[in-house]
Amino acid sequence: MSKGGAHVMSGNRSASIGGLREPRWVKVALISITLLLIGLFIVLPLIVVGEHAFRKGFEVFWAAISDDAALSAVKLTLTVALWTVPVNALFGIAAAWVLTKFQFRGKNILLTLIDLPFAVSPVIAGLIYVLMYGTNGWLGKYLDQADITVIFSTPGIVIATIFVTFPFVVRELMPLMQSQGINEEEAAVTLGASGWRVFWQVTLPNIKWALLYGIILCNARAMGEFGAVSVVSGHIRGETNTLPLHIEILYNEYHFVEAFAVSMLLVVLALITLIIKSIMEGWES
Amino acid sequence: MSQWHIDVQNVNKFYGEYHASKNISFQVEKGKLVGLLGPSGGGKTTILRMIAGLEQPDNGSILFRGQEMNRVEPQKRGIGVVFQNYALFKHMTVFDNIAFGLNVQKKSKSFIKERVNELLDLTNLSGLGKRYPNELSGGQRQRVAFARALAPEPQILLLDEPFAAIDAHVRRELRSWLREMIDRLGITTLFVTHDQEEAIEIADQILVVNQGRIEQHGTPIEIYQSPQTDFVARFIGESTQFVPKGIIHGFNGVADGREVLIRPEFVEIGKPNEIALPSAASQGTVRHLYYRGASWEVEVEVGGELLIGNRSVEKSSLKIGDKVSVLVHRLIVFENGKANIVENQFKYDPMPVFI
Ligand SMILES: Nc1ncnc2c1ncn2[C@@H]1O[C@H](COP(=O)(O)OP(=O)(O)OP(=O)(O)O)[C@@H](O)[C@H]1O
Ligand SMILES: [Mg+2]
Repeated sequence: MSKGGAHVMSGNRSASIGGLREPRWVKVALISITLLLIGLFIVLPLIVVGEHAFRKGFEVFWAAISDDAALSAVKLTLTVALWTVPVNALFGIAAAWVLTKFQFRGKNILLTLIDLPFAVSPVIAGLIYVLMYGTNGWLGKYLDQADITVIFSTPGIVIATIFVTFPFVVRELMPLMQSQGINEEEAAVTLGASGWRVFWQVTLPNIKWALLYGIILCNARAMGEFGAVSVVSGHIRGETNTLPLHIEILYNEYHFVEAFAVSMLLVVLALITLIIKSIMEGWES
Repeated sequence: MSQWHIDVQNVNKFYGEYHASKNISFQVEKGKLVGLLGPSGGGKTTILRMIAGLEQPDNGSILFRGQEMNRVEPQKRGIGVVFQNYALFKHMTVFDNIAFGLNVQKKSKSFIKERVNELLDLTNLSGLGKRYPNELSGGQRQRVAFARALAPEPQILLLDEPFAAIDAHVRRELRSWLREMIDRLGITTLFVTHDQEEAIEIADQILVVNQGRIEQHGTPIEIYQSPQTDFVARFIGESTQFVPKGIIHGFNGVADGREVLIRPEFVEIGKPNEIALPSAASQGTVRHLYYRGASWEVEVEVGGELLIGNRSVEKSSLKIGDKVSVLVHRLIVFENGKANIVENQFKYDPMPVFI
């Protein structure tokens, strides 16, 4: 083979990698840094959690997670997620629909408000609800008269969680609905379809992946929310403690192994959520 | 019952401040094919959308067979719409797309199957029922959109630039297919198009829409031969417009400093011995020649103006610079936004026709 041929070949080779011509050491360095950071900040903590959880053996781990207070925290966390996710899915669809398919006055204000839960600290969100629904709050006395407790009980926790996780579904749906417009809906209507049928057979199938994705993110956050829930819960052990709150109490009481054992539960719930998500992403493509 | 299938009376539509439909009135008989023609942004789609019920007129009324439709939902109007961008249901197969309207009507499974297959045949889509819209060519999507709109047997078909994205050959085919099918099923049809030739070829009537107004409503022949407004005369067909400086033989004193319009088909160009009525012809010089396949397009200079005429390729060929006789059979003279047709005074029938 001639020298010229060899030259052309080596030229092709460096050009073939997506047109990138960085020297090898740059690539190696970038990849190493990425892996190092992921390892340090994501993988290692997960391993540490697991290691700590089982440090005193399986019995202690089991005792920690089958403890009454822990079970009640699991139950409350699931209850909160069970309320939050459907409510935010419905709200989210409705809000995304209104914001993308109609023009009206005050639309920009509404758009800004939708992001508010992400913008303000969750602690402040919790405080707002205490101020509104607490015994001395605006609505507190009417609720008292009607014998309804919101703050320091499950409804308060659910409401605070709904607030904090509201933007997930809306934000996931809006860009998609925006780009899809209302052509298909209009076509369906001219073919005689009722609003209900249009929603189920035309709109929903077109947004279902984005909706599921939003729901999953919303669920993950609903189960993990700490700040807002912490303010409205009152930390009544066995009654108003969600998993994150229960973990904090255990930790503050120096029950480190128990704290990590319960953390393991939460990590497992999060992992299940993420696995469902990646399975769905696989289906989609 | 009214004799009109569609009767639009003094309809106005505003988008905010913008007056998109201005006093629109027109009537359509059952089974007719009406073409909406006009420049972009003229308000054609707006008219279709109001008839479909997708947009509400701000005032005026729309009647189907004498019944007021303003408050009737689109679902209950018995219309089929083919949207400009097709708007097929992308997550449904071709079969399910076409079956959608029949499912809404709660027809039986076997009926739906039979009807959809019939429509697939009719639109030359047999065998494509299981495909998804993104697996079809533009023309195939177009035909799915037609089949879907036709399946529930609408009384009225509204087509928004149905052939816009289709190449010339397929377009011609679809056009005659559409005409034939509409005649067979007796559906009243309104269709928007940018293509004059298309409108003139298949429409029973044409509505020329400009700046939210209907400029003229008539048969293609009327629109073409007797434009009523300045705009229609300029918009339809090819033409040359100018204010005559010199004299065009046969139109003495007609134009008098007013603007006139001459279509190529009004102009006969020949060697001096070829023109039957030499007295009615002017003298001109050939300036340009363009080969158009079926004929020559000839640009001649007459009295300082450049006129365009056609000349059959069968006749002896002309050269640039040749002296020729030019017979202008008629012109259109504009006066206060009106278009008047004037015939050549020296021809056998010397009566000028004013429209
Ligand atoms: N939803 C809307 N909001 C505001 N203005 C609109 C809206 N729809 C149409 N218009 C305006 O109304 C006018 C008429 O629009 P329309 O779509 O009816 O035109 P058209 O004749 O169909 O044009 P084209 O041939 O380009 O499709 C345009 O100037 C357009 O900008
Ligand atoms: Mg249009």
